[in-house]
Amino acid sequence: MENLIALLVAAPLLGAAVLLCGGRRLDRVGHWIGTALAAASFVLGLVLFGAMLGYDVEARTMRQHLYTWVPVEGFQGDIAFQLDQLSMTFVLLITGVGTLIHLYSIGYMEHDERRRRFFGYLNLFLAAMLLLVVADNYLLLYFGWEGVGLASYLLIGFWQHKPSAATAAKKAFIVNRVGDIGLSIAIMLMFTTFGTFAFGPVLGAAGDATEGKMTAIGLMLLLAACGKSAQVPLQSWLGDAMEGPTPVSALIHAATMVTAGVYLITRSGAIFNAAPDAQTAVVVVGAVTLLFGAIVGCAKDDIKKALAGSTMSQIGYMILAAGLGPIGYAFAIMHLVTHGFFKAGLFLGAGSVMHGMNDEVDMRKYGGLRKYMPVTFVTFGLGYLAIIGFPGLSGFFSKDKIIEAAFASGGTQGWILGTVTLLGAGITAYYMTRVMILTFFGEKRWQPAPDPDKAASVEPGIEVTPGAVSDHAADASGPHPHESPKSMTIPMIVLAFGSVFAGGFFSIGDRFVNWLEPVTQFEHPHPPISVPVITGMTVVVLLAGVAIAYLQYGRGPVPVVAPRGSLLTRAARRDLLQDDFNHVVLVRGGEHLTRSLVYVDHTLVDGVVNGTAASVGGLSGRLRKLQNGYARSYAVSMFGGTAILIAATLLMRAV
Amino acid sequence: MNPVNYLYLAALLFTIGAAGVLIRRNAIVVFMCVELMLNACNLAFVAFSRMHGNLDGQIIAFFTMVVAAAEVVVGLAIIVSLFRSRHSASVDDASLMKL
Repeated sequence: MENLIALLVAAPLLGAAVLLCGGRRLDRVGHWIGTALAAASFVLGLVLFGAMLGYDVEARTMRQHLYTWVPVEGFQGDIAFQLDQLSMTFVLLITGVGTLIHLYSIGYMEHDERRRRFFGYLNLFLAAMLLLVVADNYLLLYFGWEGVGLASYLLIGFWQHKPSAATAAKKAFIVNRVGDIGLSIAIMLMFTTFGTFAFGPVLGAAGDATEGKMTAIGLMLLLAACGKSAQVPLQSWLGDAMEGPTPVSALIHAATMVTAGVYLITRSGAIFNAAPDAQTAVVVVGAVTLLFGAIVGCAKDDIKKALAGSTMSQIGYMILAAGLGPIGYAFAIMHLVTHGFFKAGLFLGAGSVMHGMNDEVDMRKYGGLRKYMPVTFVTFGLGYLAIIGFPGLSGFFSKDKIIEAAFASGGTQGWILGTVTLLGAGITAYYMTRVMILTFFGEKRWQPAPDPDKAASVEPGIEVTPGAVSDHAADASGPHPHESPKSMTIPMIVLAFGSVFAGGFFSIGDRFVNWLEPVTQFEHPHPPISVPVITGMTVVVLLAGVAIAYLQYGRGPVPVVAPRGSLLTRAARRDLLQDDFNHVVLVRGGEHLTRSLVYVDHTLVDGVVNGTAASVGGLSGRLRKLQNGYARSYAVSMFGGTAILIAATLLMRAV
Repeated sequence: MNPVNYLYLAALLFTIGAAGVLIRRNAIVVFMCVELMLNACNLAFVAFSRMHGNLDGQIIAFFTMVVAAAEVVVGLAIIVSLFRSRHSASVDDASLMKL
């Protein structure tokens, strides 16, 4: 059974290899190959999950040693896998949600002539992410980590003919590189401290090492997590990453990529437990990002960018929970899983809306779509209720636990974190309600297509065949919203089920926490105020957020052109000036630095070099004059030399 | 007669020869000055031979004469061919150096 772990990674990797190397003759079946291999990986994951459940709680970790990658004395790099409860959770999330997104992409990318390549990249993404979570040492994890970065680059820039997409891909890649430096430094520090990369020895010995070293490693791991999980200060790539096709956004935001940072911190829990300062830094990053993403999400009119802000914010919740230590790890992962369901659902819903609206992303040009896209409306709506934490749905259970854990972290810190998470919940409710109202309710603000026949064919309730969709997409005269094909709606429906029931299912008897406990440990949080009160406050804040959004957008017509807005709104529209900050501080600073370096190079370094050369040249120019070709001047030197020699001889003799 | 006087004469002759080599431009004159220096040396050798009472200096003087004779042959040949090619016997004109 344990030998199947490698196949988990190998299946999507094979898909990527076949699809990317197979050439055009696979164009007609490529998407099915990709989806089938992703599904195969999921089935394999389920089989392993079943096997794991059959083992004793203490003996659930499965290991597979494939071969030794770097067989050097004192530097052992293994291709070895470790599948424990934490990895298993990720494997099921990645392959499950990933397969649904593959399925969805079949419909979404139907008209893209590079669809085969797209599926190849999707498979590569899954393979890299799976490698990341089943690796049993940090070196192999790093390999998967870089693979995820590569795949995200390829997918964000998939529509490379658009300069904005190409730029966004580069931006994501470069910002991620900054984080990757953190991971590589952390791994080097681990090697110098422990002499190994394997999870077992490193995490086992983490408590014995000095706190300073653990803090350094922890902070470097945090930097890495910030890059991959789009946390402040490395968050700027996430919004631009929306340039990629929508299924990619769903994949990045729900199942892969941004979850890697949370995985890294949870996996390295022992290191963070031994470094309270690093934990504090994690918590601060999480709390800041939580509010940052939420504020950005409030101001965006682009539906995908609003969702991107919400991802940033939700990942902030997870990072915050992971920074709280053993009381938070399990809740971070639980929120990650439920978030995987509803965020994938929301993104696929957004993609479905765009699919029907000629790729329009401005929510101010939507409106009233619930009549035209009933399935999308319902699934998106359930995802919406889940993400705001509506009682009974997934997000409620997982987010409420994080808020409790935040309050329970003790002292002033607990009150601050609790307030921040509560506030975040309120803002989440506000901006998601805003997205919901702008998209599906109110008056329609788009100009319908002029042809009445076509408009009639997209009445709700009438099943639209893929052929009909292609007709619509070919016609660019104006949007005529319609429900998406089955291959797109089915994944949305499945994810909506997850959004509704996953949280409750996990919470019954704390089964999710118990499941993860052998890996992450668990301390029961004891908040200073009783749990029902916290839950009550959460619900109140949530309803307040919804109410404010309703008062602002639900009652009157929404202007198609965005109003100027307050200073904060304008800043939030520009991602709270993150790019401006980066531009002024990093780009300009870098330019000034290079300019001054060039100046130093020109004056000082070149000065020394050129000066040496010039003085040697001048000297030799003067020496050259001695060789003037006049026999008598040579004779003078001969006489002079002889005279000196004789004088010297006589002098020596005299002495 | 005190042999030291011969040494003074030799020194005088040598100095005249050296000055001629350094100052004059005509190759023939320079050449003659070189011969003058050689003969000044010969005179000094012979005088030293006399002073020390052995024949070493005289033998060296003969060697010098032989070498000088060979030198004259080669030197005059060079000067003649130089004159033929440049129509001048000036030693300065023989310089091909760029300055």
